[in-house]
Amino acid sequence: MTVLLQTVDLRKQFGETKACDGVNFVVQKGEFLSLVGSNGAGKTSLVNLISAHLQPDSGQILFGGKDITFMTVSERIKVGIARSFQIVNLFDGLSVFDNVSLSVFSRDGKAAKITSLAEHDDDVRRETLEVLGQFGLREKTAVLAGGLAQGERKLLDVAVAYALRPKLLFLDEPTSGVSTHEKAQIMDTVSSVVRAGTVTAVVIEHDMDVVFRYSDRIVMMHEGAFLADGTPEQIKANKDVANILLGASLSD
Amino acid sequence: MRWLRDRSKLQLAAAAAAALAVLVLLPLFIGVYQTQLLTYGLIAAIAALGFNLLLGYTGLLSFGHSAFFGIGAYSVAFLARDAGIRSMELFILVGLPISALLSALFGYICVRHTRIFFGILTLALSQVLYSLAYKLFWVTGGSDGLRVPRPTLLAGLVSFSGSGSYQRFVDAYYYYVLAMFAVCVVVMWVIVHSPFGKSLQAIRDNEVRAAFLGLRISRFRWVAFLISGTFTSLAGILWVPLNGLTTPEVLYWPFSGEIVFTALLGGFRNFSGPIIGGIVFTYLKTYAVATTEYWQLLLGVVLVLLILVLPTGIVGAVSKLVDKLKAKGKP
Repeated sequence: MTVLLQTVDLRKQFGETKACDGVNFVVQKGEFLSLVGSNGAGKTSLVNLISAHLQPDSGQILFGGKDITFMTVSERIKVGIARSFQIVNLFDGLSVFDNVSLSVFSRDGKAAKITSLAEHDDDVRRETLEVLGQFGLREKTAVLAGGLAQGERKLLDVAVAYALRPKLLFLDEPTSGVSTHEKAQIMDTVSSVVRAGTVTAVVIEHDMDVVFRYSDRIVMMHEGAFLADGTPEQIKANKDVANILLGASLSD
Repeated sequence: MRWLRDRSKLQLAAAAAAALAVLVLLPLFIGVYQTQLLTYGLIAAIAALGFNLLLGYTGLLSFGHSAFFGIGAYSVAFLARDAGIRSMELFILVGLPISALLSALFGYICVRHTRIFFGILTLALSQVLYSLAYKLFWVTGGSDGLRVPRPTLLAGLVSFSGSGSYQRFVDAYYYYVLAMFAVCVVVMWVIVHSPFGKSLQAIRDNEVRAAFLGLRISRFRWVAFLISGTFTSLAGILWVPLNGLTTPEVLYWPFSGEIVFTALLGGFRNFSGPIIGGIVFTYLKTYAVATTEYWQLLLGVVLVLLILVLPTGIVGAVSKLVDKLKAKGKP
């Protein structure tokens, strides 16, 4: 397998708290990886650093072998990194269709077009409908994003990021706040779309049933550092992981 | 054309055509004073349309749009006094680039901030212009302002002198402003429905997510500011020949407040809200001033009631009512 993303001794500190404490994170091309750990373990901080939402104190981020540590958000999107957010982040005053089509316009460098109507771009329209179809939202195209149910909002949130056609997609808790039944539906949809689109995905997730079922590889973080890294079977057999998941400290 | 096959779009086009027909025919049934008032209403609508690109579509509340109205008005006054220009087309062709340049400059400074900081910056910059217009009396005429002679229309083909010229000017100028208004509405419609307009709405709704789509937020806001200021300047350019005089009052902050009031009155979340707001506000203020010396109190009460009872403005309230009636009519 080819290395798609690599962080080298990545560090970020907030006051006394070490959010990322010398993290060496490697993502292989084509894998569906889960990033797990208790609250405050540093998972979201790591994704924020890689997506340029935060700047690291030190360390290096390589994407496809290229140093992207000092690239801006839009530059990282251009090289192929996209993300969704822990709390659903949509354009509530726009329709479901517009939410996704904006990603396509932006990716194609057409977002600043001012002299023609957005709906008249047939290529964008076709691709937007295709993405919405993949995420089961085709019937909701005209609905305002603010009027969707929570499960649909979660799917749309992922669809908006996916429509950028990234090489690497970070999904921050794509199933938080939805019922167990909906979790399976969302993850089935997301994993099948992502795998079909040959997108490399890194998912932050708390539900270990979901993690074990869908991941090729699992990385566990604790207090800003990596605690374990392996296949679902290896992680299941790891006692340190079990201790953390059961809420016990490592020193116990 | 796909557009014509879309039923809702067809209804919209029919409604716009009907509204335009009413506006074209109206001067045949009303007197010169009412025609003049309606012209002022259309000009206010153009100003509000520009203002609302920032408030309604970009989520930025400007308290300094009087600056752009004033820039337009004073540009015409300077061109008339210092360059001897009388052609309305030249006023527009020269005035608009000047306005666009100053809007770009003001925008460059203001869009680096949002929320209250943006509002205060726009207010401060407009007050700077007001002070300059007030104090540099040898250039601007100070509090007396500058007189603007009646312009010629259509490259000098239509001019106004002799007896009855005022009435002829008001009639002709109404249609001139109506044509400009129609162009402005179409242009703004295309802008807000273009990918650029959708991007602005995305930035309004969720700036962080918009940035993570790769949209360059400050640049989009800056262009929106430039367009918004230029539209409002065009309103100033069209206003001053009808008024015949521009004074520093058009640069003063209460005038910015009136533009905000206009958008709120019509409803800033609807495309047609500022248009209706502009026309209604013109009549409201004119009749309030004519009726009572406490007209500001009256407008203040209207504003309070508006926010408490009709937070979505006239157009928003009417749309809600229509939706309710439609829902009731369904089996």
